[in-house]
Amino acid sequence: MHPDPRPLVLSLSGITKRFGPLTANDHIDLDIRAGEIVALLGENGAGKTTLMSILFGHYVADEGAIHIADEAGRLAPLPGGSAEAALAAGIGMVHQHFALAENLTGFENIVLGTQSLWSFGLGRREARAKIARLVAESGLAVDLDVPVARLSVGEQQRIEILKALYRDVRVLILDEPTAVLTPQEADGLVATVRKLAAKGLAVIFISHKLHEVLALCERVAVLRGGAKVADRPTAGADRATLAELMVGRAIPQRERPPSTPGAPVLSLKEVSVGNPGQRDRLENASLDVRAGELVGIAGVSGNGQGALAGLVAGLAAARAGEVTLDGQRLTSADPAGRVTAHVGRIPEDRHRDGTIGALSVAENYVLESIGDPENQCGGFIRRGDIRVRAAEMIRAYDVRCPGPDAAIRALSGGNMQKVVLARALEGEPRLVLAHQPTRGLDIGATTDVHRRLIAARARGAAVLLISEDLDELFVLSDRIAVVHAGHLSPAMEAASLDVRTVGLMMAGHTAGEAA
Amino acid sequence: MLEALDIFTQANFWAATLRIATPLIFGVLGALLCERAGVLNLGIEGIFVAGAMSGWLAVYLGLPLWGGVAVAAFTGALFGLIHGVLTVPLGLSQHVTGIGVTLLATSVAYFGYRVAFPNVATPPRIEPFAPLDLPLLGDLPFIGPILGQQTAFTVFAFLCVGVVAVVLARTPLGLALRAVGDNPEAVEAQGLSVVALRIGAVMAGSALMALGGAFLTLSAFNAFYFGMINGRGWVCIALTVFASWRPGKALLGALLFGALDAYQLRIQTIAGGVVPSQIFLMLPYIVSIAALVLVARRADYPRALMKPYFKGQR
Repeated sequence: MHPDPRPLVLSLSGITKRFGPLTANDHIDLDIRAGEIVALLGENGAGKTTLMSILFGHYVADEGAIHIADEAGRLAPLPGGSAEAALAAGIGMVHQHFALAENLTGFENIVLGTQSLWSFGLGRREARAKIARLVAESGLAVDLDVPVARLSVGEQQRIEILKALYRDVRVLILDEPTAVLTPQEADGLVATVRKLAAKGLAVIFISHKLHEVLALCERVAVLRGGAKVADRPTAGADRATLAELMVGRAIPQRERPPSTPGAPVLSLKEVSVGNPGQRDRLENASLDVRAGELVGIAGVSGNGQGALAGLVAGLAAARAGEVTLDGQRLTSADPAGRVTAHVGRIPEDRHRDGTIGALSVAENYVLESIGDPENQCGGFIRRGDIRVRAAEMIRAYDVRCPGPDAAIRALSGGNMQKVVLARALEGEPRLVLAHQPTRGLDIGATTDVHRRLIAARARGAAVLLISEDLDELFVLSDRIAVVHAGHLSPAMEAASLDVRTVGLMMAGHTAGEAA
Repeated sequence: MLEALDIFTQANFWAATLRIATPLIFGVLGALLCERAGVLNLGIEGIFVAGAMSGWLAVYLGLPLWGGVAVAAFTGALFGLIHGVLTVPLGLSQHVTGIGVTLLATSVAYFGYRVAFPNVATPPRIEPFAPLDLPLLGDLPFIGPILGQQTAFTVFAFLCVGVVAVVLARTPLGLALRAVGDNPEAVEAQGLSVVALRIGAVMAGSALMALGGAFLTLSAFNAFYFGMINGRGWVCIALTVFASWRPGKALLGALLFGALDAYQLRIQTIAGGVVPSQIFLMLPYIVSIAALVLVARRADYPRALMKPYFKGQR
């Protein structure tokens, strides 16, 4: 090994942070050099967010020190607990949830906070010139003079990066930057990050997507249980080794046994949902989901997925067209009817739509079947019986929680999702609607969700999977349809598709153009 | 019928419109500043009362008129500080706190008045702002008599509209203010203090509200009465939505309401014999509600309005 000639820009040493009995960061060391792109990998709860929050001044570390290079390149200690100090020292962060004021324009978001509040005027000319130079250097072209609310997610992200660059950052932290982008947009981002690194910017890239980490980063630091368990070059690593480092055990390959689809369970014929003015609507959509088949819906969220899920879940009615479930025509919005028709529903937002936070695990588990004789008698809830069955479910689904009486909001996302999954799958539904079932879950929990969906398909259920994660769709789906701006493409055999084609269709190209 | 239309040609009517609109202009501007920063300030009704009382008392005790205006603004800022501290760093319910501030400010004002003047039959008077003596404008036909009936306080209100509009649209402070009402995280991430910005906005807004009250005792009338605010604060809260949180439209809304009120006073004397006067009293409010129904359905509320922000919590 040759010593790296590039100067050190950031050095974390012995960073430790405890929250009560939990050690979120356990003596973490991390060095980053100018022009280096380092991936920070780890499951949810591994301590990535805490570490970055300490670096950015949201938390103060209990132990350890942060040193950052000043403009002359000398390392100086960074005072903890101050976002202002972190900004001034040249640390910029692009959060997964953008920190943009949507009523302001891109330009206004970029200059926000960079001038004295008591100065007059916005110093527009110099600011414009500087931003123009940054855009030219980075290739981050975007309309700076419309309110941010009118920009696409990809464009908003460009504003976020420009915002950091405008402050002359030397270290840029990107938190799950590609989670919200189409594959083509993600490629553009990767090119930009490379360009910036070539100019000497140090980049910390936080991601779940291992193939991106391998393609973009030269070094990867892996956190597990709050401690750094690996810090190695990406050269020579592959997805399986990285996943193993993250989880601490080998990840079983998801197997999708072949299955012969039966008759259509859910059938949409030229269905329209929602008003033409809305973006999240469906126009003339046709789709069959057959028994023993898993159909995936790809698309950038907000393009009609909500309308489709609402239609299937019984929250919305079709404006035109014909929807049949097991041969029965569905005409009205009737969520209770879907329950009795054996539709298992896994909603997109488990906090908002999937669970009732204040109720217990057991109560959430029986929400859909509370009227059944096994759960109630003469209008009184059979608490004892429910608790016993919930305890069985907790064992069967390996839900980590204090017990059936624990309030569900105290559970982690993965465990909460297991309860939602158990409720959706318990009656052996004919049709399973899974809307973004693994969003925000770590690898372990994701694998579990995937296994359950495959099992439902093997049992002969029709499964409709709506997801933004193309890897997930390609692993699980028999057929894939793409939705863009309310238009649903025909479902195509997954084996005949590749990620690039689907990516282009997500951006609005037709299958013919994309192929 | 012609008489009803004839009202619009009277300079008196337009003069009254401006006079009635002035306190509303201050109130809407104040509410708008608070809400743009993300804080609903239902203390407005009480802050009006406190401003009316304190400004008037200061002048009664010997301060010049503009000194009274300053005292009123200071009083308003003080109640704004209370509301701000309770709702911003402590994150209490903005509705409940606001109503509490209204009750507190109203009661303190009434109590102060009673303590200062335990035994008076008629309210003590001051010498209020005099009508403007305009050299050239005053001689214009129609416009002259309208402007000639106004005081410097009304001119000040119009100036405030311009200042607030420019500050909001064209200064770093205004930018930060608009951002903090939309996404406080964006402000925090840029190294600015959400708490300081919001409390500052609520204090400035409350000072403007108090000026609305002070106009009544220092310019429109010359004494302080119980119940003289009479819901003007609440009207301002509604007008703020009507104005879509924009200073220019706030001015328009206040003038519109002023015109309706001035109109109903005059139409009462014409049609009063046939139609009960209460119907006319209701008129401005009914039209306000109708306008709100039309406008507010599409209203673009500041995204972070009424959402407390705690640092480090996403």
